[in-house]
Amino acid sequence: MKYAGLLVMPAGFFLTVAAIVLFPGAAQRTAFVLCGLAVEAMGLGVAVRGHMQLRSENR
Amino acid sequence: MTPLAPVPYPETSFALTLVLLLLAPMAIAGLALVNVGLGRSRSAMQSALGTLVVISTAVIAFVLAGWAIASGGDKDLVLHAAGKAWDWAGAGRLFGAGLASAPARDQLMLLFEVLSVAMVAMIPWGSGADRLRLPAGAGIAAVLGAAVFPLAAHWAWSGWLAQLGTNFSMAGGFADGGGAGPIHMLGGLAALAVIWIAGPRKGKFPREGLSTAMPGHNVVYVLFGSLVALVGWLAWNMAGALLWLNAAPSKLVVVAINTVLAATAALVATFSVTRVRFGKPDASLCANGWLAGLVTSSACAGVVPPLAALFVGLVAGIVTPLMVESFELVLSIDDPSGAVSVHGAAGLWGLIAAGVFAPAAGQAAAQLVGVSTLLGLMLPVVYGLFWLLDWVIAFRVDADGERLGMDLHELGGNAYPEFVVHRDESYR
Repeated sequence: MKYAGLLVMPAGFFLTVAAIVLFPGAAQRTAFVLCGLAVEAMGLGVAVRGHMQLRSENR
Repeated sequence: MTPLAPVPYPETSFALTLVLLLLAPMAIAGLALVNVGLGRSRSAMQSALGTLVVISTAVIAFVLAGWAIASGGDKDLVLHAAGKAWDWAGAGRLFGAGLASAPARDQLMLLFEVLSVAMVAMIPWGSGADRLRLPAGAGIAAVLGAAVFPLAAHWAWSGWLAQLGTNFSMAGGFADGGGAGPIHMLGGLAALAVIWIAGPRKGKFPREGLSTAMPGHNVVYVLFGSLVALVGWLAWNMAGALLWLNAAPSKLVVVAINTVLAATAALVATFSVTRVRFGKPDASLCANGWLAGLVTSSACAGVVPPLAALFVGLVAGIVTPLMVESFELVLSIDDPSGAVSVHGAAGLWGLIAAGVFAPAAGQAAAQLVGVSTLLGLMLPVVYGLFWLLDWVIAFRVDADGERLGMDLHELGGNAYPEFVVHRDESYR
């Protein structure tokens, strides 16, 4: 689960890069960059959750 | 203060930057004291010696290999996509070749980056206190110094992130004079990876009940280290503003005031939060808050007005103690130095705040792109590299070594040989 989360995070980065290439308008670009950050945050959340599960199993 | 504008670099600026960079190691010294103080007494010598070891390894790896990637110039590796040039890596010479004949400003940039890589390597070392082995610390520093930091530094200070302004009309591009991104956020993410791989200290999270409190062994070190760090941070932020933001020397007083304001506001906030939360102020959390304020100033000091710097520090000071507590109690993250919150989260907040409060339009978007790059790309890369490294050099000391303490196990002696050793009550 931790690895799945970490693998999702670069997808957010590529969304950010796509946003700055595809959208010349500042508002659209910022919105899509925020979407990229949200994807990264979700990936980080999954990774943290995976870490917590591992910890509780190892206790 | 437009990054990368082709302005001349007069001799007075050169001399001023050099003097500031000679003072900047005070930040490293302060942080080393904080790390030692927040660890246990039976690991104090290993922590202090380890600081020197990781700094040495990181600096050597950077100068021999990393500088080639980090340096910016006409011959950088450029990827052409979507009609734009994406400068993704430097193409300098390995082994520090050509350093003596490099332009004066390039030499100053190298010195700034050498100090930066030392700071980056120290951050995960502090988080691995009491269980991270010295060879593993050196291995981590080598990986950070040779590959990861140079890439982040190149992107932030001369590569595609810094060129977001010229390529995509996003203000002056990613602005980060003091290195909140490539130094502190990267260091905080590396610390998280180390914590995940090395695991918590023995007895930290017992089978039943809450996590065990393992307070630092010398809070005076921690508080004095925080004061020492202020001196270095002032110099660091001013040197960064001169080098990366092209600030005029006359603007440096504002940079210094912003740095002090961010730290002091953060301290007042943390003092108040811990006073309300625990009934009495918590000294080590106050030091964490102070440092978090300094970390936010790394991004903000050169680009925001003083009132905004104060607000940014205030927010960092409120959030940091709550974050340190919840990381431990809720997320099972055993971070003795609080680096994930103090460097990682505060660095992230500082970068975003710099975009929000900077007067230039489009700066916020540029800052968000930088944050997204560091978080989305660097954390998985760092975790992957450290995971591989752990197979070669085991990060964690064996159970017997942890019971003895890192000083006795790795160095054969104690930092405080005249101390009476008590039974460890944390094992339950």
